Amino acid sequence: MPDRAATLAEAARLRGLFEAAGAQPVETSILQPAEVLLDLYGEDIRARAYVTSDALRGEQMLRPDFTVPVVQMHMEHGAEPARYTYSGEVFRRQEEDATRANEFTQVGFEIFERAAPEAADAEVFSMFFDILRPLGLRAATGDIGILMAAVEGLRTSTRRKAALRRHIWRPRRFRALIDRFSGKSPVPEQRAALLAAADPMAGAEPMIGMRGPDEISERINALREDAKTAPISAAEVELLDAVLAVRETSDNALERLRDIAVDLPAIQAAVDRLARRLEALQARGLDVTKLDFEASYGRTQMEYYDGFVFGFHAENRPDLPPVATGGRYDALTRQLGRGREIPAVGGVIRPGLALSLGGAT
Amino acid sequence: MTLKLGVPSKGRLMEKTFDWFGKHGVELGRAGSEREYAGFVQGIDNVDLILLSAGEIARELAAGRIHLGVTGTDLVREKLGQWENQVGELAELGFGQADLVLAVPRCWVDVSHLDDLDAAAAAFRLKHGFRLRIATKYHRLVRDFLRENGVADYQLVDSQGATEGTVKNETAEAIADITSTGDTLRANHLKILDDGLILKSQATLFKSRVATMEDADRHTLRTLKDRLHLD
Repeated sequence: MPDRAATLAEAARLRGLFEAAGAQPVETSILQPAEVLLDLYGEDIRARAYVTSDALRGEQMLRPDFTVPVVQMHMEHGAEPARYTYSGEVFRRQEEDATRANEFTQVGFEIFERAAPEAADAEVFSMFFDILRPLGLRAATGDIGILMAAVEGLRTSTRRKAALRRHIWRPRRFRALIDRFSGKSPVPEQRAALLAAADPMAGAEPMIGMRGPDEISERINALREDAKTAPISAAEVELLDAVLAVRETSDNALERLRDIAVDLPAIQAAVDRLARRLEALQARGLDVTKLDFEASYGRTQMEYYDGFVFGFHAENRPDLPPVATGGRYDALTRQLGRGREIPAVGGVIRPGLALSLGGAT
Repeated sequence: MTLKLGVPSKGRLMEKTFDWFGKHGVELGRAGSEREYAGFVQGIDNVDLILLSAGEIARELAAGRIHLGVTGTDLVREKLGQWENQVGELAELGFGQADLVLAVPRCWVDVSHLDDLDAAAAAFRLKHGFRLRIATKYHRLVRDFLRENGVADYQLVDSQGATEGTVKNETAEAIADITSTGDTLRANHLKILDDGLILKSQATLFKSRVATMEDADRHTLRTLKDRLHLD
């Protein structure tokens, strides 16, 4: 790893580039209230962030990223449109791999803008692409929005769609749900017995705990309703799998997705967005015939991204985390905005990693 | 230098450990009064007995302050990151068997598997405005298990004892705890999920991979391993 002074100098240089692109520099606190992060990420965040506490403010986290506090700040008093840049340390708890840094510098660039979201996607990506070009990294891109649209388009109950949507970022559970809803995996014995029982609550005494009998009955009713729902057809599962399997250069991926959209019209609007994004990238001089696109990219690490996603990886160093990552997170602004929302896209670079791979200059 | 052997300082775990070593001709015992935490070793030279709480043995092994230690697999995996790099298993001792399991109220007739728990947690959060609480002292093991199995919308609440009572007391909706017979769970109106086995644990003799050893210690370890019929 390069020394701290070199990393900070590189961070300042990168921040300067983003400022030159019109971004306003912002600072956030290192200590973040744990509750907001826990609400967003769930308990998993505790495995990745350092938690501390005091008797007055309760649990606090050493900021694991800047996106959440920057979005909060913008939603509270930001003007529109806005673009921000920041640089500083983030902290990641490491429990499995002692060689991974638990404290490192990030420099970020975020655009909050309602008009022409694809143009904003392209602007953020091409800035990162140009900055990182000397390092010869592999750029990976994807679009979670296409998968979300595919789920939305399934001919099945709203409840099933909600369950699938909830687990888009947990591929294993998502697959298990698809298998269950398509009838591929059998109904477990207990479930069948429960549904067949005249009085499922018989013998359940005593009732203990805060999850009351009303909640249990509600779920049983939901399960009964679900049992009557027709399975998701094999043809639809095939289409969903076809979307997930798209992994080609962007121009070919677009063609492939257009073909799939003929049978799965629900993804048409999302595929059109991809087309506009690729046009915008080309207009900025990027060769999309050499840009990789994976429809399932970003499903495991980037849970708040819900549209365009990207990452820059050192291909010959699989031991290293990505040098830069980013994407669109419209839904996050809705969640943190208390009734307000704004389309947003951004990304972060790790200047220390960039320097150790040969410097970004 | 002597080889330091850490053994649980009280209860059945201590007695059974003493028995196990005794069967192999190595007599361990407590020196002085019942209250004194000093021990003796007979039948082999240059081994010191260190009496510690079972929970501390994992940490002392990882810190290299003891060379050998007897404790439960559950504690080693909970307390040590990348535990394989810090300690090695020399022998499973065949006692102290306990399963770390996930249990929910028996009255939850709609919940028998992890995917039921996940669905119940999602609905619970919507209704109550907070994530379904699981009481445990095994935070890392439970969190890793639930993440691997794609369960969301839960939170872990710390419980260092009487964990089975937390549901009735309404400080948690479900629990993850060690059980050997399941009697305590049943008595507290709880049931184990069908796919809720997180870890099978038993008392195990561990070797620290980080404790420094001189040639004499290596020789002592060889002699001890021969005596215990370990290769």
